[in-house]
Amino acid sequence: MIKLTGIHKTYVLDSGEEVKALRGIDLEIKEGEIFGVIGLSGAGKSTLIRLINMLERPTSGTVEVNGVELTSLNEGRLREERSKIGMIFQQFNLLSSLTVAQNVAFPFTLGSKKLPKNEIKKRVTRLLSMVGLEDKAEVYPAQLSGGQKQRVGIARALATEPKILLCDEATSALDPKTTASILKLLTDLRDRLGLTLVIITHQMEVIKECCDRVAVLDGGVISELAPTLEIFSNPKKDLTKRLVASAVRRDIQDLMEHTRFHKDYESGDGLIVELLFLGDKANDPVIVEVAEKTHAGISIIGGSINHIKKVPLGILVVRIQGDLETIQRALSELESRVLRVTVYGYNGARERD
Amino acid sequence: MEDFLLWLGLPEVSDFLTELGVSDGIAQVSELLIYGSFDTIYMVLVATFISIVLGVPLGVLLLVTSKGYFWYSPRFYSVLGAIVNALRSIPFIILMVAIIPFTKLLVGSSIGTTAAIVPLTVSTVPFLGRLVETSLRTVSYGLIEAAQSMGATPFKIITRVLLPEALPELVQNFTLTLIVIIGSSAMAGTIGGGGLGDIAIRYGYQRFQAEIMLATVIILVVMVQLAQWIGDRVTAKVDHR
Repeated sequence: MIKLTGIHKTYVLDSGEEVKALRGIDLEIKEGEIFGVIGLSGAGKSTLIRLINMLERPTSGTVEVNGVELTSLNEGRLREERSKIGMIFQQFNLLSSLTVAQNVAFPFTLGSKKLPKNEIKKRVTRLLSMVGLEDKAEVYPAQLSGGQKQRVGIARALATEPKILLCDEATSALDPKTTASILKLLTDLRDRLGLTLVIITHQMEVIKECCDRVAVLDGGVISELAPTLEIFSNPKKDLTKRLVASAVRRDIQDLMEHTRFHKDYESGDGLIVELLFLGDKANDPVIVEVAEKTHAGISIIGGSINHIKKVPLGILVVRIQGDLETIQRALSELESRVLRVTVYGYNGARERD
Repeated sequence: MEDFLLWLGLPEVSDFLTELGVSDGIAQVSELLIYGSFDTIYMVLVATFISIVLGVPLGVLLLVTSKGYFWYSPRFYSVLGAIVNALRSIPFIILMVAIIPFTKLLVGSSIGTTAAIVPLTVSTVPFLGRLVETSLRTVSYGLIEAAQSMGATPFKIITRVLLPEALPELVQNFTLTLIVIIGSSAMAGTIGGGGLGDIAIRYGYQRFQAEIMLATVIILVVMVQLAQWIGDRVTAKVDHR
């Protein structure tokens, strides 16, 4: 559906200095998928998404969308192809001088082929009801909340019935609750219209909520690309680990940073381990079963359950107590039952924070 | 102009006032001021209109050829910018005299209200051009990008995005231009441009008739106030932000 090959993008500043925003991107996004691109600011995310509809031209490399190589088109043909790719923005970019209905109808006023007035009206009504704003047609954007503005943005982007929707930090200016509702709307629209979505974000929560696959962009290259669940359950690169940690285990991170560990067992110590559960296992009484079987004392000292696209991903930090042999047995028992066990070390009862 | 006043029935103003029992002198002066006001209004409105017609495209051109916009051309922008700055730095009273040959060429005379419209416009177009450029710059670049993402041509971006979105600022600046022209038009009186400035100079200054001078000033103040009031009303009407 979208294919980027060997993309480099270099900006030349006024000072003559070169800034390499993207250096060698190869990426293929499949039809009907919600593809997330995450990275810190300055990683090249904005440049990457603007290449897909050629708001930015690559310095080298090719961009292919819907089987058309955009990089080889002239301005006129490019504009035609662009109108088949919808885009929504962080700042919504609605026209303040037009009403909601006029904003949604705006793309129709740009094209060379004119639609009859009543046809436009019908389409606008349908689009507005699709995003749940039927009653706001005659209102100006200034009177809308952020979430409503983004809904107008979505309706406008979908007016020309594109197959692709590009989302440039579309929820970054919204509060968490509104973000969730917008992401739900985007997911629904994908399911209903068979859209392909590309979501650029710096918020791991956005990825967690709706993306099928994720690319982690770091310093102008894709450092890691995997299905979302995999990124969350088994991050490989440092940046990915940090991003995942900030999204799903911030509390645990804090707890661990304030706890001291040592490597060797002394009497009375407990072993601190982190358990990662995935899917249905997250709901199983694993701790109780292991404790009963091995007679180890297992207490929970921290944890969280996150839903990655509705699949539960559980993280538990537990203290295993008993003699060394009991601890070892409990540990291997746990290892066989959960997705991953990470051992932090021993921790004396009195040193507990 | 005279024909227009004839059509309005204004030449009988003094007769009409005398019939009402107003003293002959006051009737004459009233007629003079009413004529002068109409001359000023005529000059100002026509000069403002032409300034807008020429100043808006100039402002658009300045903006879209500046850095970061879609027809970015450093050479074109700096040459055009230099011309604009040069014209703006010439004091109106000098400009008025300096372009007399041009004025003659255009309207066949260098004296009178119609002739005064030429220097008024020449001095105002670059001024308004810059104001328009600044107004359009307030339109967030994101809107241009959004329009581009929908396949808009540069022309559509100018007419459908930049101008409508900057309309409140534009109206404010048109008002400002109109007020500047009211001021300049009074100055045009010094070289026989007609209108209230002309009256103020000839009667108030050269013949020491201070009350006529005062009357022209009051009329000019009222005109400026009225222009600002209308401008503000229109701005409020077109501003949906």
